[in-house]
Amino acid sequence: MHFLANPGRFLRLSAAFRPWLAGLAAVAIAAGLYLGLFEAPPDYQQGDTVRIMFVHVPSAWLALSIYTAMTAFALMSLVWRHPVADLLAKACAPVGAAFTLTALATGSLWGKPMWGAWWVWDARLTSVLVLFFLYLGAIALRAAHDDPERGGKAAGILTLVGFVNVPIIKFSVDWWNTLHQPASVLKAGGPAIHASILTPLLVMALGFSLFAAWTVLVRAEAEIFGRRARVLELKRSADRP
Amino acid sequence: MNAFAAILARDLRLSWRQGGASLLTVGFFLVTAALFPLGIGPERDVLARIAPGVMWVTALLSALLFLDRMFQADAEDGTLDQLALAPLPLELTVLAKAGAHWLSAALPLVIASPAIALLFDLGAAAVPVLALSLAIGTPALSLFGAVGAALTVGVRRGGALVSLLVLPLTVPALIFGAGAVEAASLGLDPQPHLLLQLGVSLFALALAPFAAAAGLRLALD
Repeated sequence: MHFLANPGRFLRLSAAFRPWLAGLAAVAIAAGLYLGLFEAPPDYQQGDTVRIMFVHVPSAWLALSIYTAMTAFALMSLVWRHPVADLLAKACAPVGAAFTLTALATGSLWGKPMWGAWWVWDARLTSVLVLFFLYLGAIALRAAHDDPERGGKAAGILTLVGFVNVPIIKFSVDWWNTLHQPASVLKAGGPAIHASILTPLLVMALGFSLFAAWTVLVRAEAEIFGRRARVLELKRSADRP
Repeated sequence: MNAFAAILARDLRLSWRQGGASLLTVGFFLVTAALFPLGIGPERDVLARIAPGVMWVTALLSALLFLDRMFQADAEDGTLDQLALAPLPLELTVLAKAGAHWLSAALPLVIASPAIALLFDLGAAAVPVLALSLAIGTPALSLFGAVGAALTVGVRRGGALVSLLVLPLTVPALIFGAGAVEAASLGLDPQPHLLLQLGVSLFALALAPFAAAAGLRLALD
Protein backbone atom coordinates (compact mmCIF):
# COMPACT_ATOMS: atom_id res chain seq x y z
CA MET A 1 0.00 0.00 0.00
CA HIS A 2 2.76 2.44 0.91
CA PHE A 3 4.54 1.41 -2.26
CA LEU A 4 1.84 3.24 -4.20
CA ALA A 5 1.87 6.36 -2.05
CA ASN A 6 4.28 7.93 -4.52
CA PRO A 7 2.18 9.48 -7.31
CA GLY A 8 4.96 8.96 -9.88
CA ARG A 9 5.12 5.25 -9.11
CA PHE A 10 1.34 5.05 -9.22
CA LEU A 11 1.34 6.73 -12.64
CA ARG A 12 3.86 4.23 -14.05
CA LEU A 13 1.94 1.25 -12.72
CA SER A 14 -1.39 2.66 -13.82
CA ALA A 15 -0.07 3.36 -17.32
CA ALA A 16 1.07 -0.28 -17.54
CA PHE A 17 -2.32 -1.66 -16.44
CA ARG A 18 -4.58 0.75 -18.25
CA PRO A 19 -4.36 -0.61 -21.85
CA TRP A 20 -5.01 -4.16 -20.61
CA LEU A 21 -8.04 -3.06 -18.63
CA ALA A 22 -9.44 -1.13 -21.59
CA GLY A 23 -8.82 -3.96 -24.07
CA LEU A 24 -10.24 -6.71 -21.86
CA ALA A 25 -13.23 -4.53 -20.94
CA ALA A 26 -14.00 -3.95 -24.63
CA VAL A 27 -13.69 -7.68 -25.42
CA ALA A 28 -15.81 -8.75 -22.42
CA ILE A 29 -18.56 -6.18 -23.04
CA ALA A 30 -18.67 -7.07 -26.77
CA ALA A 31 -18.83 -10.79 -25.96
CA GLY A 32 -21.41 -10.20 -23.23
CA LEU A 33 -23.59 -8.13 -25.54
CA TYR A 34 -23.42 -10.79 -28.27
CA LEU A 35 -24.20 -13.60 -25.81
CA GLY A 36 -26.91 -11.61 -24.09
CA LEU A 37 -28.66 -10.26 -27.19
CA PHE A 38 -28.35 -13.23 -29.59
CA GLU A 39 -27.42 -16.41 -27.74
CA ALA A 40 -29.45 -16.21 -24.52
CA PRO A 41 -33.01 -17.49 -24.94
CA PRO A 42 -35.92 -15.12 -24.26
CA ASP A 43 -37.63 -15.66 -20.91
CA TYR A 44 -40.79 -17.74 -21.06
CA GLN A 45 -42.71 -15.08 -19.15
CA GLN A 46 -40.86 -11.82 -19.74
CA GLY A 47 -39.88 -12.37 -23.40
CA ASP A 48 -37.07 -10.21 -24.70
CA THR A 49 -37.34 -7.62 -21.92
CA VAL A 50 -35.33 -9.97 -19.72
CA ARG A 51 -32.26 -8.86 -21.70
CA ILE A 52 -32.36 -5.53 -19.85
CA MET A 53 -30.98 -7.58 -16.97
CA PHE A 54 -27.58 -7.87 -18.67
CA VAL A 55 -27.07 -4.12 -18.19
CA HIS A 56 -29.20 -3.58 -15.09
CA VAL A 57 -27.72 -6.20 -12.75
CA PRO A 58 -24.00 -5.48 -13.43
CA SER A 59 -24.68 -1.72 -13.01
CA ALA A 60 -26.37 -2.33 -9.67
CA TRP A 61 -23.53 -4.57 -8.49
CA LEU A 62 -21.01 -1.92 -9.46
CA ALA A 63 -23.01 0.87 -7.83
CA LEU A 64 -22.54 -0.96 -4.53
CA SER A 65 -19.01 -2.25 -5.04
CA ILE A 66 -17.69 1.14 -6.20
CA TYR A 67 -19.14 2.72 -3.06
CA THR A 68 -17.41 0.01 -1.03
CA ALA A 69 -14.13 0.70 -2.85
CA MET A 70 -14.61 4.43 -2.30
CA THR A 71 -15.09 3.77 1.44
CA ALA A 72 -11.89 1.70 1.53
CA PHE A 73 -9.97 4.48 -0.25
CA ALA A 74 -11.46 7.11 2.08
CA LEU A 75 -10.42 5.03 5.10
CA MET A 76 -6.88 4.62 3.72
CA SER A 77 -6.63 8.33 3.04
CA LEU A 78 -7.98 9.33 6.48
CA VAL A 79 -6.03 6.80 8.55
CA TRP A 80 -2.70 6.64 6.74
CA ARG A 81 -2.94 10.00 4.90
CA HIS A 82 -2.34 8.07 1.71
CA PRO A 83 -2.21 10.74 -1.02
CA VAL A 84 -3.14 8.49 -3.95
CA ALA A 85 -6.04 6.86 -2.08
CA ASP A 86 -7.77 10.24 -1.83
CA LEU A 87 -7.36 10.76 -5.58
CA LEU A 88 -8.87 7.32 -6.18
CA ALA A 89 -11.76 8.06 -3.82
CA LYS A 90 -12.40 11.28 -5.72
CA ALA A 91 -12.25 9.40 -9.03
CA CYS A 92 -14.69 6.74 -7.78
CA ALA A 93 -17.53 9.12 -6.91
CA PRO A 94 -18.71 10.22 -10.40
CA VAL A 95 -18.17 6.73 -11.85
CA GLY A 96 -20.23 5.14 -9.07
CA ALA A 97 -22.93 7.79 -9.42
CA ALA A 98 -23.11 7.07 -13.16
CA PHE A 99 -23.53 3.32 -12.58
CA THR A 100 -26.18 3.99 -9.92
CA LEU A 101 -28.07 6.19 -12.35
CA THR A 102 -27.74 3.49 -15.04
CA ALA A 103 -29.11 0.88 -12.64
CA LEU A 104 -32.04 3.14 -11.74
CA ALA A 105 -32.77 4.06 -15.38
CA THR A 106 -32.60 0.50 -16.73
CA GLY A 107 -34.62 -0.71 -13.74
CA SER A 108 -37.23 1.88 -14.62
CA LEU A 109 -37.31 0.72 -18.27
CA TRP A 110 -37.66 -2.87 -17.07
CA GLY A 111 -40.29 -2.01 -14.47
CA LYS A 112 -42.65 -0.35 -16.96
CA PRO A 113 -43.50 -3.53 -18.94
CA MET A 114 -43.18 -5.89 -15.93
CA TRP A 115 -44.76 -4.02 -13.03
CA GLY A 116 -46.76 -1.52 -15.12
CA ALA A 117 -45.04 1.51 -13.59
CA TRP A 118 -41.80 3.39 -14.24
CA TRP A 119 -41.15 3.66 -10.54
CA VAL A 120 -42.44 1.89 -7.45
CA TRP A 121 -41.51 2.91 -3.92
CA ASP A 122 -40.18 -0.38 -2.74
CA ALA A 123 -37.25 -0.93 -0.40
CA ARG A 124 -34.62 -1.76 -2.99
CA LEU A 125 -35.45 1.14 -5.31
CA THR A 126 -35.64 3.65 -2.48
CA SER A 127 -32.36 2.58 -0.95
CA VAL A 128 -30.57 2.70 -4.33
CA LEU A 129 -31.95 6.20 -4.81
CA VAL A 130 -30.52 7.08 -1.40
CA LEU A 131 -27.18 5.64 -2.56
CA PHE A 132 -27.34 7.99 -5.55
CA PHE A 133 -27.88 10.96 -3.22
CA LEU A 134 -24.95 9.82 -1.08
CA TYR A 135 -22.71 9.88 -4.15
CA LEU A 136 -24.01 13.35 -5.04
CA GLY A 137 -23.44 14.54 -1.46
CA ALA A 138 -19.82 13.33 -1.50
CA ILE A 139 -19.21 15.06 -4.86
CA ALA A 140 -20.88 18.29 -3.72
CA LEU A 141 -19.08 18.41 -0.37
CA ARG A 142 -15.72 17.93 -2.07
CA ALA A 143 -16.51 20.61 -4.64
CA ALA A 144 -17.64 23.10 -1.95
CA HIS A 145 -14.17 23.27 -0.40
CA ASP A 146 -11.50 25.49 -1.95
CA ASP A 147 -8.65 23.48 -0.45
CA PRO A 148 -8.61 20.08 -2.23
CA GLU A 149 -7.02 18.31 0.74
CA ARG A 150 -9.64 19.54 3.18
CA GLY A 151 -12.44 18.78 0.74
CA GLY A 152 -11.10 15.27 0.32
CA LYS A 153 -11.09 14.62 4.06
CA ALA A 154 -14.61 16.01 4.52
CA ALA A 155 -15.91 13.86 1.67
CA GLY A 156 -14.06 10.88 3.16
CA ILE A 157 -15.79 11.26 6.54
CA LEU A 158 -19.16 11.56 4.82
CA THR A 159 -18.41 8.47 2.72
CA LEU A 160 -17.62 6.45 5.85
CA VAL A 161 -20.85 7.56 7.57
CA GLY A 162 -22.88 6.81 4.46
CA PHE A 163 -21.41 3.30 4.15
CA VAL A 164 -24.02 2.20 6.70
CA ASN A 165 -26.47 2.17 3.84
CA VAL A 166 -24.64 -0.40 1.74
CA PRO A 167 -25.62 -3.49 3.76
CA ILE A 168 -29.15 -2.08 4.05
CA ILE A 169 -29.35 -1.95 0.24
CA LYS A 170 -27.82 -5.38 -0.22
CA PHE A 171 -30.22 -7.09 2.13
CA SER A 172 -33.29 -4.86 1.68
CA VAL A 173 -34.97 -7.36 -0.65
CA ASP A 174 -34.43 -10.17 1.85
CA TRP A 175 -35.60 -8.25 4.90
CA TRP A 176 -38.64 -6.64 3.37
CA ASN A 177 -40.87 -8.66 1.13
CA THR A 178 -41.21 -6.29 -1.80
CA LEU A 179 -41.86 -6.19 -5.52
CA HIS A 180 -38.17 -6.40 -6.42
CA GLN A 181 -37.06 -10.01 -6.66
CA PRO A 182 -34.55 -11.34 -4.13
CA ALA A 183 -30.93 -12.00 -5.06
CA SER A 184 -30.72 -14.91 -7.50
CA VAL A 185 -27.00 -15.19 -8.30
CA LEU A 186 -25.09 -14.72 -5.06
CA LYS A 187 -27.05 -16.84 -2.62
CA ALA A 188 -26.65 -19.94 -0.53
CA GLY A 189 -27.15 -23.15 -2.48
CA GLY A 190 -25.89 -21.81 -5.80
CA PRO A 191 -27.39 -19.48 -8.37
CA ALA A 192 -31.05 -19.88 -9.31
CA ILE A 193 -30.43 -18.93 -12.93
CA HIS A 194 -29.87 -21.23 -15.89
CA ALA A 195 -26.33 -21.23 -17.34
CA SER A 196 -27.53 -19.84 -20.70
CA ILE A 197 -28.46 -16.60 -18.93
CA LEU A 198 -25.89 -16.69 -16.15
CA THR A 199 -22.88 -16.82 -18.53
CA PRO A 200 -23.65 -13.59 -20.43
CA LEU A 201 -24.53 -11.92 -17.12
CA LEU A 202 -21.18 -12.78 -15.57
CA VAL A 203 -19.29 -11.83 -18.75
CA MET A 204 -21.05 -8.45 -18.76
CA ALA A 205 -20.32 -7.98 -15.05
CA LEU A 206 -16.64 -8.67 -15.70
CA GLY A 207 -16.60 -6.22 -18.62
CA PHE A 208 -18.36 -3.52 -16.58
CA SER A 209 -15.95 -3.98 -13.65
CA LEU A 210 -12.91 -3.70 -15.91
CA PHE A 211 -14.40 -0.64 -17.56
CA ALA A 212 -15.06 0.94 -14.15
CA ALA A 213 -11.48 0.22 -13.03
CA TRP A 214 -10.16 1.73 -16.26
CA THR A 215 -12.26 4.89 -15.89
CA VAL A 216 -11.21 5.33 -12.25
CA LEU A 217 -7.53 4.99 -13.19
CA VAL A 218 -7.87 7.49 -16.04
CA ARG A 219 -9.64 9.97 -13.75
CA ALA A 220 -7.01 9.56 -11.00
CA GLU A 221 -4.18 10.07 -13.52
CA ALA A 222 -5.90 13.16 -14.92
CA GLU A 223 -6.21 14.49 -11.36
CA ILE A 224 -2.48 14.03 -10.73
CA PHE A 225 -1.60 15.76 -14.00
CA GLY A 226 -4.10 18.52 -13.18
CA ARG A 227 -2.47 19.15 -9.80
CA ARG A 228 0.98 19.17 -11.36
CA ALA A 229 -0.19 21.67 -13.95
CA ARG A 230 -1.61 23.87 -11.19
CA VAL A 231 1.71 23.82 -9.31
CA LEU A 232 3.61 24.75 -12.50
CA GLU A 233 1.13 27.55 -13.15
CA LEU A 234 1.59 28.94 -9.63
CA LYS A 235 5.35 28.69 -9.93
CA ARG A 236 5.35 30.51 -13.25
CA SER A 237 3.19 33.33 -11.94
CA ALA A 238 5.45 33.60 -8.87
CA ASP A 239 8.59 33.75 -11.00
CA ARG A 240 7.16 36.45 -13.23
CA PRO A 241 8.61 39.85 -12.26
CA MET B 1 -19.54 16.53 33.20
CA ASN B 2 -19.73 20.12 34.39
CA ALA B 3 -18.38 21.39 31.09
CA PHE B 4 -20.86 19.20 29.24
CA ALA B 5 -23.79 20.71 31.16
CA ALA B 6 -22.38 24.20 30.68
CA ILE B 7 -22.24 23.82 26.87
CA LEU B 8 -25.73 22.35 26.83
CA ALA B 9 -27.12 25.19 28.96
CA ARG B 10 -25.29 27.84 26.94
CA ASP B 11 -26.64 26.57 23.63
CA LEU B 12 -30.16 26.35 25.00
CA ARG B 13 -29.94 29.88 26.35
CA LEU B 14 -28.59 31.18 23.05
CA SER B 15 -31.27 29.48 21.00
CA TRP B 16 -33.95 30.89 23.31
CA ARG B 17 -32.64 34.44 23.42
CA GLN B 18 -31.82 34.73 19.71
CA GLY B 19 -35.42 35.11 18.62
CA GLY B 20 -36.79 31.94 20.20
CA ALA B 21 -35.63 29.27 17.77
CA SER B 22 -38.01 26.74 19.33
CA LEU B 23 -41.08 28.87 18.65
CA LEU B 24 -39.93 29.51 15.09
CA THR B 25 -39.44 25.78 14.54
CA VAL B 26 -42.89 24.94 15.88
CA GLY B 27 -44.36 27.73 13.76
CA PHE B 28 -42.66 26.36 10.66
CA PHE B 29 -43.89 22.85 11.52
CA LEU B 30 -47.49 24.07 11.89
CA VAL B 31 -47.50 26.21 8.75
CA THR B 32 -45.92 23.51 6.57
CA ALA B 33 -48.27 20.82 7.87
CA ALA B 34 -51.25 23.15 7.31
CA LEU B 35 -50.21 23.67 3.69
CA PHE B 36 -50.82 20.01 2.81
CA PRO B 37 -54.63 20.04 3.29
CA LEU B 38 -54.74 23.25 1.23
CA GLY B 39 -52.76 21.66 -1.58
CA ILE B 40 -54.39 18.22 -1.52
CA GLY B 41 -57.99 19.06 -0.64
CA PRO B 42 -60.05 18.60 2.50
CA GLU B 43 -61.11 14.93 2.07
CA ARG B 44 -60.83 13.53 5.56
CA ASP B 45 -59.90 9.95 4.73
CA VAL B 46 -57.15 11.06 2.31
CA LEU B 47 -55.67 13.37 4.94
CA ALA B 48 -55.78 10.72 7.66
CA ARG B 49 -54.07 8.34 5.22
CA ILE B 50 -51.14 10.66 4.42
CA ALA B 51 -50.87 12.22 7.90
CA PRO B 52 -48.04 9.99 9.28
CA GLY B 53 -45.78 10.71 6.31
CA VAL B 54 -46.61 14.43 6.28
CA MET B 55 -45.83 14.78 9.99
CA TRP B 56 -42.53 13.00 9.68
CA VAL B 57 -41.41 14.90 6.59
CA THR B 58 -42.36 18.27 8.07
CA ALA B 59 -40.62 17.36 11.34
CA LEU B 60 -37.50 16.49 9.35
CA LEU B 61 -37.56 19.79 7.49
CA SER B 62 -38.22 21.80 10.68
CA ALA B 63 -35.28 20.13 12.40
CA LEU B 64 -33.07 21.12 9.46
CA LEU B 65 -33.94 24.83 9.84
CA PHE B 66 -31.26 25.83 12.33
CA LEU B 67 -28.88 22.96 11.70
CA ASP B 68 -26.32 24.91 9.71
CA ARG B 69 -25.93 27.32 12.63
CA MET B 70 -25.02 24.53 15.07
CA PHE B 71 -21.27 25.09 14.64
CA GLN B 72 -21.11 27.91 12.11
CA ALA B 73 -21.82 30.76 14.55
CA ASP B 74 -19.23 29.39 17.00
CA ALA B 75 -16.67 28.99 14.23
CA GLU B 76 -17.17 32.60 13.12
CA ASP B 77 -16.60 34.23 16.52
CA GLY B 78 -13.81 31.90 17.63
CA THR B 79 -15.76 30.02 20.30
CA LEU B 80 -15.16 26.79 18.47
CA ASP B 81 -11.39 27.14 18.86
CA GLN B 82 -11.87 27.65 22.60
CA LEU B 83 -14.14 24.60 22.80
CA ALA B 84 -11.54 22.53 20.95
CA LEU B 85 -8.84 23.65 23.42
CA ALA B 86 -11.01 22.83 26.44
CA PRO B 87 -10.28 19.58 28.34
CA LEU B 88 -13.68 18.18 27.38
CA PRO B 89 -13.23 15.79 24.42
CA LEU B 90 -14.59 17.26 21.21
CA GLU B 91 -16.86 14.22 20.83
CA LEU B 92 -18.69 15.16 24.06
CA THR B 93 -18.88 18.79 22.96
CA VAL B 94 -20.59 17.59 19.80
CA LEU B 95 -22.95 15.47 21.88
CA ALA B 96 -23.83 18.45 24.09
CA LYS B 97 -24.54 20.64 21.08
CA ALA B 98 -26.58 17.94 19.37
CA GLY B 99 -28.49 17.49 22.64
CA ALA B 100 -29.18 21.22 22.80
CA HIS B 101 -30.36 21.12 19.19
CA TRP B 102 -32.70 18.25 20.02
CA LEU B 103 -34.09 20.00 23.12
CA SER B 104 -34.63 23.30 21.33
CA ALA B 105 -35.73 22.14 17.88
CA ALA B 106 -37.12 18.60 18.16
CA LEU B 107 -38.71 18.35 21.61
CA PRO B 108 -41.15 21.22 20.87
CA LEU B 109 -42.24 19.29 17.75
CA VAL B 110 -42.92 16.21 19.87
CA ILE B 111 -45.09 18.34 22.16
CA ALA B 112 -46.86 20.09 19.28
CA SER B 113 -47.48 16.91 17.27
CA PRO B 114 -50.81 15.91 18.93
CA ALA B 115 -52.29 19.27 17.94
CA ILE B 116 -51.33 18.73 14.32
CA ALA B 117 -52.55 15.15 14.47
CA LEU B 118 -55.98 16.55 15.36
CA LEU B 119 -55.89 18.80 12.27
CA PHE B 120 -55.33 15.72 10.13
CA ASP B 121 -58.02 13.72 11.93
CA LEU B 122 -55.54 11.00 12.87
CA GLY B 123 -57.16 8.27 14.97
CA ALA B 124 -56.93 8.44 18.76
CA ALA B 125 -54.75 5.30 18.86
CA ALA B 126 -52.16 6.81 16.51
CA VAL B 127 -51.64 10.15 18.29
CA PRO B 128 -49.51 8.87 21.21
CA VAL B 129 -47.59 6.60 18.80
CA LEU B 130 -46.82 9.64 16.63
CA ALA B 131 -45.46 11.58 19.60
CA LEU B 132 -43.51 8.55 20.79
CA SER B 133 -42.01 7.83 17.37
CA LEU B 134 -41.00 11.47 17.01
CA ALA B 135 -39.42 11.37 20.47
CA ILE B 136 -37.48 8.18 19.66
CA GLY B 137 -36.55 9.04 16.08
CA THR B 138 -35.62 12.73 16.14
CA PRO B 139 -32.37 12.20 18.12
CA ALA B 140 -31.06 10.49 14.98
CA LEU B 141 -31.89 13.65 13.02
CA SER B 142 -30.03 15.89 15.48
CA LEU B 143 -27.04 13.54 15.55
CA PHE B 144 -26.71 12.99 11.80
CA GLY B 145 -27.44 16.70 11.47
CA ALA B 146 -24.43 17.43 13.68
CA VAL B 147 -22.27 15.42 11.25
CA GLY B 148 -23.56 17.44 8.31
CA ALA B 149 -23.16 20.72 10.18
CA ALA B 150 -19.60 19.85 11.27
CA LEU B 151 -18.56 18.87 7.75
CA THR B 152 -19.83 22.14 6.28
CA VAL B 153 -18.26 24.53 8.81
CA GLY B 154 -16.47 27.19 6.82
CA VAL B 155 -18.04 26.15 3.53
CA ARG B 156 -19.81 28.75 1.41
CA ARG B 157 -23.55 28.07 0.92
CA GLY B 158 -23.25 25.49 3.70
CA GLY B 159 -26.97 25.63 4.53
CA ALA B 160 -28.13 24.15 1.23
CA LEU B 161 -25.34 21.58 1.30
CA VAL B 162 -26.32 20.38 4.80
CA SER B 163 -29.75 19.36 3.49
CA LEU B 164 -28.23 17.30 0.68
CA LEU B 165 -25.83 15.57 3.08
CA VAL B 166 -28.23 14.94 5.97
CA LEU B 167 -31.53 14.01 4.33
CA PRO B 168 -30.33 10.72 2.76
CA LEU B 169 -28.96 9.63 6.15
CA THR B 170 -32.30 10.25 7.83
CA VAL B 171 -34.32 8.04 5.46
CA PRO B 172 -34.35 5.00 7.80
CA ALA B 173 -35.70 7.10 10.70
CA LEU B 174 -38.38 8.51 8.39
CA ILE B 175 -39.43 5.07 7.07
CA PHE B 176 -39.73 3.41 10.48
CA GLY B 177 -41.35 6.49 12.06
CA ALA B 178 -44.03 6.79 9.42
CA GLY B 179 -44.41 2.99 9.50
CA ALA B 180 -45.07 2.97 13.25
CA VAL B 181 -47.80 5.63 13.01
CA GLU B 182 -49.39 3.91 10.04
CA ALA B 183 -49.40 0.55 11.84
CA ALA B 184 -51.06 2.15 14.86
CA SER B 185 -53.74 3.87 12.77
CA LEU B 186 -54.52 0.55 11.05
CA GLY B 187 -54.88 -1.11 14.45
CA LEU B 188 -51.63 -3.11 14.20
CA ASP B 189 -48.82 -3.34 16.72
CA PRO B 190 -46.36 -0.44 16.18
CA GLN B 191 -43.73 -1.91 18.49
CA PRO B 192 -41.42 -3.50 15.83
CA HIS B 193 -41.17 -0.19 13.96
CA LEU B 194 -40.47 1.71 17.16
CA LEU B 195 -37.76 -0.74 18.17
CA LEU B 196 -36.09 -0.47 14.76
CA GLN B 197 -36.29 3.29 15.08
CA LEU B 198 -34.69 3.14 18.49
CA GLY B 199 -31.94 1.04 16.90
CA VAL B 200 -31.34 3.73 14.26
CA SER B 201 -31.12 6.41 16.96
CA LEU B 202 -28.74 4.38 19.13
CA PHE B 203 -26.59 3.66 16.11
CA ALA B 204 -26.45 7.39 15.34
CA LEU B 205 -25.56 8.04 18.97
CA ALA B 206 -22.62 5.63 18.72
CA LEU B 207 -21.34 6.85 15.35
CA ALA B 208 -22.21 10.51 14.86
CA PRO B 209 -20.19 12.18 17.67
CA PHE B 210 -16.95 10.70 16.32
CA ALA B 211 -17.69 11.62 12.72
CA ALA B 212 -18.78 15.14 13.66
CA ALA B 213 -15.73 15.67 15.89
CA ALA B 214 -13.47 14.52 13.02
CA GLY B 215 -15.22 17.03 10.77
CA LEU B 216 -14.71 19.84 13.31
CA ARG B 217 -11.00 19.02 13.73
CA LEU B 218 -10.71 19.23 9.97
CA ALA B 219 -12.30 22.68 9.95
CA LEU B 220 -10.09 23.90 12.79
CA ASP B 221 -6.62 23.04 11.52
